Order: sequence, then C-alpha cells, then structure tokens
Amino acid sequence: MLIFKNLEQGIRVIASRAYSYTTKEMTVLEALNSALHEEMSADPKVFLMGEEVGEYRGAYKVRLLKKYGPERVLDTPITEKGVIGWRRSCPRLNEVEEILNKYMLQAIDHIINSAAKSNYMSAGQISKYFANTIIFRGPNGAAAGVGAQHSHWYAAWCGSCPGLKVLAPYSSEDARGLLKAAIRDPDPVVFLENELLYGESFTVSAEALDSSFCLPIGQAKIKREGKDVTITAFSKMVGYALQAAEILVKEGINAEVINLRSIRPLDRSNINASVRRTSRLVTIEEGFPQHGVGAEICASILEESFEHLDAPVERIAVADVPMPYAANLERMAVPQIDDIVRDVRRACYRSSLLAAAA
Amino acid sequence: MVKFTSDLKFMSEFQEERIHCYRVLDDCGQPVSDEFVQIDEETAMKMYKYMVTLQTMDTIFYEAQRQGRISFYVTAIGEEAINIASAAALHMDDLVFPQYREAGVLLWRGFTLQEFANQCFGNKYDNGKGRQMPIHYGSNKHNYFTVASTVATQVPHAVGAAYSLKMDRRDACTITYFGDGGSSTGDFHAALNFAAVMEAPVIFFCRNNGWAISTPVMDQFRSDGIVVRGQAYGVRSIRVDGNDALAVYNAVRVARKMAISECRPILIEAITYRAGHHSTSDDSSKYRPVEEIEWWRVARDPVTRFRKWIEREGWWSAPAESEIRNDIRKQVLHVIQNAEKVEKPNVGEIFTDVYDVPPSNLIDQEKSLRETIERHPQDYPPDFPTS
Repeated sequence: MLIFKNLEQGIRVIASRAYSYTTKEMTVLEALNSALHEEMSADPKVFLMGEEVGEYRGAYKVRLLKKYGPERVLDTPITEKGVIGWRRSCPRLNEVEEILNKYMLQAIDHIINSAAKSNYMSAGQISKYFANTIIFRGPNGAAAGVGAQHSHWYAAWCGSCPGLKVLAPYSSEDARGLLKAAIRDPDPVVFLENELLYGESFTVSAEALDSSFCLPIGQAKIKREGKDVTITAFSKMVGYALQAAEILVKEGINAEVINLRSIRPLDRSNINASVRRTSRLVTIEEGFPQHGVGAEICASILEESFEHLDAPVERIAVADVPMPYAANLERMAVPQIDDIVRDVRRACYRSSLLAAAA
Repeated sequence: MVKFTSDLKFMSEFQEERIHCYRVLDDCGQPVSDEFVQIDEETAMKMYKYMVTLQTMDTIFYEAQRQGRISFYVTAIGEEAINIASAAALHMDDLVFPQYREAGVLLWRGFTLQEFANQCFGNKYDNGKGRQMPIHYGSNKHNYFTVASTVATQVPHAVGAAYSLKMDRRDACTITYFGDGGSSTGDFHAALNFAAVMEAPVIFFCRNNGWAISTPVMDQFRSDGIVVRGQAYGVRSIRVDGNDALAVYNAVRVARKMAISECRPILIEAITYRAGHHSTSDDSSKYRPVEEIEWWRVARDPVTRFRKWIEREGWWSAPAESEIRNDIRKQVLHVIQNAEKVEKPNVGEIFTDVYDVPPSNLIDQEKSLRETIERHPQDYPPDFPTS
C-alpha cells in the first residue's frame, strides 16, 4: 500500500557503488525481517506478537506466519497494554513484541513498571523464571503528516529508565545487527525504528549478511571522521547529519558524525573521546528538546570533557510543540539539513549572526 | 446466529435478579444442602490451621507496624477463607499472580513465618534483597509471582503465563487475584479479552470485599458486581460466598479443571468484606461506620464459620483451639524478634539485578560509593554491611 521510495531528503550511506556479489542492497524493513527470520529459525523459543500495522508490513508478517505458524506469530486484539502485559509473563525466551511504538504510551506502565523494574524488584526471581528477554519494537517518531499523537519520539523517556536498554538503528546494517543483538540480550529492550527509514535502501556488507552477525549494544559508530566538530545523531537524523557534513566540508568545516545506535546504555566514552579531538559538539535528535537525549549527552561532556570544549554545546531537536499535521508546519517543526548546517557553523563561530536565542 | 427483530427494545442495564451466590455452609457453619462434596479431615484441618495462622500473623504484624518495628503492613482480615481455601484447591505447579492481599496463598504453599518476617524487615535473608516495601513477597520456589504495588498489572501477566503453560501442554493453570477496585482498570479489560481470544487457562479471582481503600463498590461500578462481566468477554463465570471456605474450595477446584482441560479462562467473584483497614496507612473508621466493620469481623468471620463446621464434624475442640492460637502466636513473635536482629542486605545489592550483567556505570558507582563509605564512616549508619 505505502511503499516509501527515496523522499526529498534522499538518505544514502556514502558507500562504494561497486557491488560485490558478497554485499547486497537492502531496505531497512528487509533487514529487520531478515534478522527476525534468522533468529526465529535459530531459536524455537523466539516468538513474535503484535497488532497488524499496515499492508506493507503485514505482508512480511504473513510470510513469517506461514513459515513459523500461528503459535509463534501471534496477532492480538487492539490493546497495547494487554499485549505487553500479557507477554510480560510468558516464560519464553526472546520474545519480540511488535507494537506501534508511537502507541507505546498505552503500554508504558507495563514497559517500565513490569518489564524494566521487575528484575530488580523481584531480586532476580522473575527473570530466572520468566526470562526477561523481550523486545518492544515498532515505528517511532514523525512519519510524514501523521499529527501529534503519532509523531512522538520515546528515546528520552525510555532512555532515562534503569532496567531497559534502548536502541535506535539507522541503516540496514544497524537494523540487522541491533535487532539480532536485542533478541539475544537477556534484558528488556525498546527498539525504536523509524517509519520513514523502512523503505530506505543501504548496502549491507557480507559480514553483516551472515546469520551470526550481531552488533554490540552500547557502542556508537563513527560514520564519518572529522576534526572540527562532533555531531551526534540517531535514526533518521544520522542521514541528515551526513548530508549536512557534505555541505559543510565545502566551507572548510570537517565534521565527525557519530551514529549513537544505542540510547541506553549511551556510549559516553566514544562521544567524549570524539569531543576531546574536535572540541565542539552538536547533538541532533527528533525528540523534544527539554530533558532530551541531547541534554544527557551535553551533561556527560560537561562532566568529563569540560576543559576540552571550545564552544557551548548546541542541541538540535524538534520544536517544543505537539507535532502539527500540515506539511509546511511539520517541516518547520522537524530538524532539517539546513538547520544542522547553520547550527554547526555557529558552534564553529562561523555564522554571520550570533542569535541571541537558540 | 443473530436473529432479527422489529422490536425497538434496549437491553436493561440490570437483569431481573442478581446473579446467585454459591455457598456450601450457612453463616453458622451448617451445610445448606445435603448434596455436598465432602473434603477429607486432613485437608480441612490443614485449611483451618492455616486460616488461624494467617489471622494471627496479620494481627501481630499489624501491631509490629504500629510499634514502629516495620514500616508498613497489609492484612487479609476477613478474607482468610479466600486465601487459604483457594490455595488448597490448586496444585503447586499452578502459577499465582497476586495483588497484595493474598499472603495466605503463599503461606499455604510453604513460605515460612520467618521468611515473611524477613521480607517485612528487609533484612539480608529477604529473598527480595530488601528491594521492596513490606508484604511485597515473591518466591520462585513457590510459584508465587512477586507482588507489585501497581493495581491489576498482574492480571494480564497471568494470561500470558497461562498461554505459555498451554503451549507447553502442562497440566497447570494460572490464578490471579484482584479486588473490586482492580476490576475497574484497563488491565482487567485487556486481560479478560485476551484470555478469551487466546483461550488461556487462567482463573481470574476477584475478591469483591466492598471497598477499594475508601471507595465503596457503589462508587466503583454500577454493574451487578464483577461476575456479570465475564459473559461480556465470553468468559465463564461464577459468584461465590467468599467467607465460606468450602464454597471457595469447590469453586476453585472445578474452575481449575475446566481451565486446564478446556483451555479456557474462568472468572470467580468472591463476595466478602475487608474487615481490616486497607493498610497501615489507612484508618477506615473515617469513611465507614465502626458498627459495620465490627459486624463483619464478628458475625461474619470466615474463620469462625469454618471452625463451627469442623467442630460439628468432630474434628476440633475448644482446648485444641486455644492451644493452636497460643502456639502460633509464640511462633510469630519469635520470628519477628529474629528478623529484627538480622542485619540489612549488603550495600552491593543496590546495583545488582538492574540488568542481567551490571553495566559499567553501575560498577563505577558502586566503587565510588564504597570508597566514600570507607573515607567517611561517620556519615553512614553503623549497621551498614559493606562486605
């Protein structure tokens, strides 16, 4: 029904265009489903449940359903609270819970109070019995024209909660590696996908295509090395940051772009190491600015690398308003590539106007 | 097949008669009907002793809180029949998902008085490692899921667990307890609907005790209690006299069989009365008449009612009664004294079980905390175990 081709913000990983027969072009959605397929075939205790989310994803679910049967691929009534609560005590390892993460708020009590905290509160008894492995995955954040209640990013809220791990893949390789890692991880994981990235195609290396491939949780990746300023981003914003970096390099600003991959645990050591090299930091996120991921990164830098900073930390986030629907308003509310470019210039003291307010 | 009608008629909000309440013994402990499934003396005696133990334990722990020895306590006064009789009708393999007024179920399963006391004092022998407030018991060994303060969150959990028992083809079900207040939550709705659709072998046990803290049932719902909701979800249900131990026992026993053999959920609404306060943080005389409380506590006491029956059967007597009460009382006082003296959990337990493996930031924090304690011992309590 809805096939997302490259949008005007055509995002592509800057990679070699020479296709080796061992690499492959894969959309993020294909990558996620390949990861699910592999993990479900490797371990009979992995199972998937959730609500139907739309034809294009439904089509994938149908294939999984045909292959693994209704006992392992469950469609559920429409109540996120029920889905999460229900699963919370299924003594099965490695359960993958697919909900529209944008509706996560309906189930947030169970995600936080039942999943994140229960191992601690029960002194390890619940997870010995029920295996704490559960992944809450699904699309997050703004799609295009879906309004305020469908556009919320939960990275900051979930990221503040001890007991949870929070991942935000960007590329297909991220999607594969992080989903596989999440399925194999004994702790509850919130897996924040992005609807607009599902249709994006990326080159996936041979190594990443292997079924044993797994990315470490808690490690960020330097997507682009640079020496003038560090830009941290996650999910769709990584692509924007990379494009902004290409524009900036023509002005003589060489930006280092870090793909966070993991919101909790946050890879503080890599981010700090990068800022110690560049002395400047710009954080980008698609979530609200107050108490956001950027705020946490900024605090970490101040605590550990204060003397290395040559400029105040810049934070780029969505506008501090519920997401509007009209296309022009939405565009203004979400960070765009020129916002990033402008902000990086300011961090490098290159802007012509030093704005009084952000 | 839905039939058509030309009658523009709305279904009444009330049925003509309220759903009947199943009971075996009347208020004086006399069987109401000649046909009744006899339970053996051994089971009946065990049930009675545990009801007395629960009542005694609750009274003394409550007093201990009033004396400032523990911070908080919740009693099950008035609901001893529900606790013990339902537990007696289950098997050890059945998983229990409690709210917080079902310590008797755990007691029946073998959790010792000392273990209860250890949890309430949060000492180093607490198998909850001092992580939670008193009465938030949990034990893998006894298939008793750890109590959480959140109301009714255990209800959908029980459904998931039941589904998994079904997948594993186990001869076991799950049971989950909640109150009249808990039945108002979204979790209750989601759980019942899921259980019916997924055909999960779960017993939903509602302790309708008339009060949700200070909210009487009149302000909680306008339906004929909770039992009528079962049919709305396609769940078989029954209303029982919650103060009649034999009625509760029979209902749960049959419910269990149906749940497992037919792979279906069952809803049991047990009518009872919360004869104690909601918790030690509550004084219910502020919102309900003291005469009402006293009447239920004395005239409708489930322990007394069951005792009358076992006396009539010739299995019990007054001397046996005072002996057992003295004996249990001594035991409870003893375990409290013991638990009070034991030191608290090691400071390292602040950081474990957050994740499967402690992450680097918590390892750093623990190291930093230990160094600080070593450097400034005067700032920390003397009974602060660090090793």
